[in-house]
Amino acid sequence: MAIIEVRDLGKRYGPRVAVDSVSFEVAEGEIFGVLGPNGAGKTTTVECVAGLRTPDRGSVAVLGKRPSDVRAAIGVQLQASELPERMRVGEALSLFSSFYPSPVDWSGRLGLTEHLEAEFGRLSGGLKQRLSIALALIGSPRVAVLDELTTGLDPQARRDTWSVIEEVRAAGVTILLVTHFMEEAERLCDRVAVFRDGRIVALDTPSALVSRVDGAARVRFVPSDPLDLSALRALPEVTDVTSVGEQLVVSGSQDLLHAVTSFLARKHVVARRLRVDQVSLDDAYVELTGGSGAEDR
Amino acid sequence: MLKIVEVEARLFLRDRLNSLFAVVFPSLLLLVLGAVPALRTPAPEFGGLRFIDGYLSSLIVFTLAFIGLQRVPTVVATYREKGVLRRLSTTPMSPARLLVGQLVVNFAAVILSVLLTIVVAYVVFGVDLPHHPLGLACAVVLGGAGTFALGLVIAALAPTARAAGGWATAVFMLLMFFGGVYLPRFMLPTAVQVIGSYTPPGVEALHQAWLGTAPDWRHLAIMGLVSLVAGTVAARTFRWE
Repeated sequence: MAIIEVRDLGKRYGPRVAVDSVSFEVAEGEIFGVLGPNGAGKTTTVECVAGLRTPDRGSVAVLGKRPSDVRAAIGVQLQASELPERMRVGEALSLFSSFYPSPVDWSGRLGLTEHLEAEFGRLSGGLKQRLSIALALIGSPRVAVLDELTTGLDPQARRDTWSVIEEVRAAGVTILLVTHFMEEAERLCDRVAVFRDGRIVALDTPSALVSRVDGAARVRFVPSDPLDLSALRALPEVTDVTSVGEQLVVSGSQDLLHAVTSFLARKHVVARRLRVDQVSLDDAYVELTGGSGAEDR
Repeated sequence: MLKIVEVEARLFLRDRLNSLFAVVFPSLLLLVLGAVPALRTPAPEFGGLRFIDGYLSSLIVFTLAFIGLQRVPTVVATYREKGVLRRLSTTPMSPARLLVGQLVVNFAAVILSVLLTIVVAYVVFGVDLPHHPLGLACAVVLGGAGTFALGLVIAALAPTARAAGGWATAVFMLLMFFGGVYLPRFMLPTAVQVIGSYTPPGVEALHQAWLGTAPDWRHLAIMGLVSLVAGTVAARTFRWE
């Protein structure tokens, strides 16, 4: 059953179209990624899902209702929203927990316990971010909307946060995750929607998006003996073979490596200095978004 | 809601300089002025009263104007600018309640400050307790409402927290002038005195309720009208983000 349903969503700010006929559904328990360059409409879309903005066109339903009617069921972590400078971490947690019927304390899991007395204005960027996540999850929401969850975190804190998200999902929470980090999307998301200029240009599992890219895999090696290149090219998994000096570069589908090695074994040729380049979601993203916005990552 | 008031009260007290200033400064100023013998001797140019007697209502004007115009608009505009209100609007709690909590705490500070001034005036200088306590309560509540409402209009219309602070300071200075804080009222031209009776927080009504017989209902009515109009404008124009 779809827990989030977005149909033909449209939103403009003055003359600028931010989102144009965006539709998607998120199933219960899914982690749904929203990718795309800055200004592609990601934040506007998730803000409509979070009930912060009213769409100009189309509809958004969370748990079958209007988002503004089910606020207690939606936990939101926003970009650029702060707390009063002098509010302490512990006060923020107890204030927000007073808004919900059955609050859950994530502060220990997010490493906030030793900072409960610290004032918000003095927290590091990473701690602010972790507090923001704790506040988003405090009402034990059915749906969590997380906008640029790990931006500003160091790599270790980012990995720690990922395992928190996996725990949250294991607790049955559906997650809508806006991210700039392909590694994050690949690791966490069941499906991702790639936005560009206010539209969804691709929506699939991360691995399916990767396999769409031409030359999804590339194998390089130096053959021990001369090879019949046309026979190699004839393999169904192979799309292209080029030789660079004594090195051969073979591109093809994801099962390329297996196909090439069995071919070499049949010919009794050894592949020296064998290297495999796997196409990542990064490459798929750059191709799908036309390379624009690559600097945002 | 109680939790919001509690947290807002803690934040108010944590800002020691501002909260102390708002609550204690009028009484402190009264003590300093009262230390000058000429100012605690009745004289014909003070209307047969002592200088400090005539200045009491202006001290209350200071409290109301300081809290209503120096604190309320900046805090509210900062909450909006920092996205605090936006953050709250994603929760089941309405961000309007945060503003209500803010007003409750600030109004409590006003009451505290006025009570402290009354006590200091009574104990140290033998000033009468307010002649018309109910009238004084009305004058403080309506005058406070009018001033707070002006502060909220500024918070609603100012584009940034900095602008809100600037605009509010200008209005603050103006109200302090008409309220006889800079120059005591007996030194002001009659026209300015009359204007001061009708500008929030309504110095004349405060004075009459404390040391006269009763506040003029027209003065109170004007304060009520200002609160209503300014409050409506603020509510209509307020942006949450």
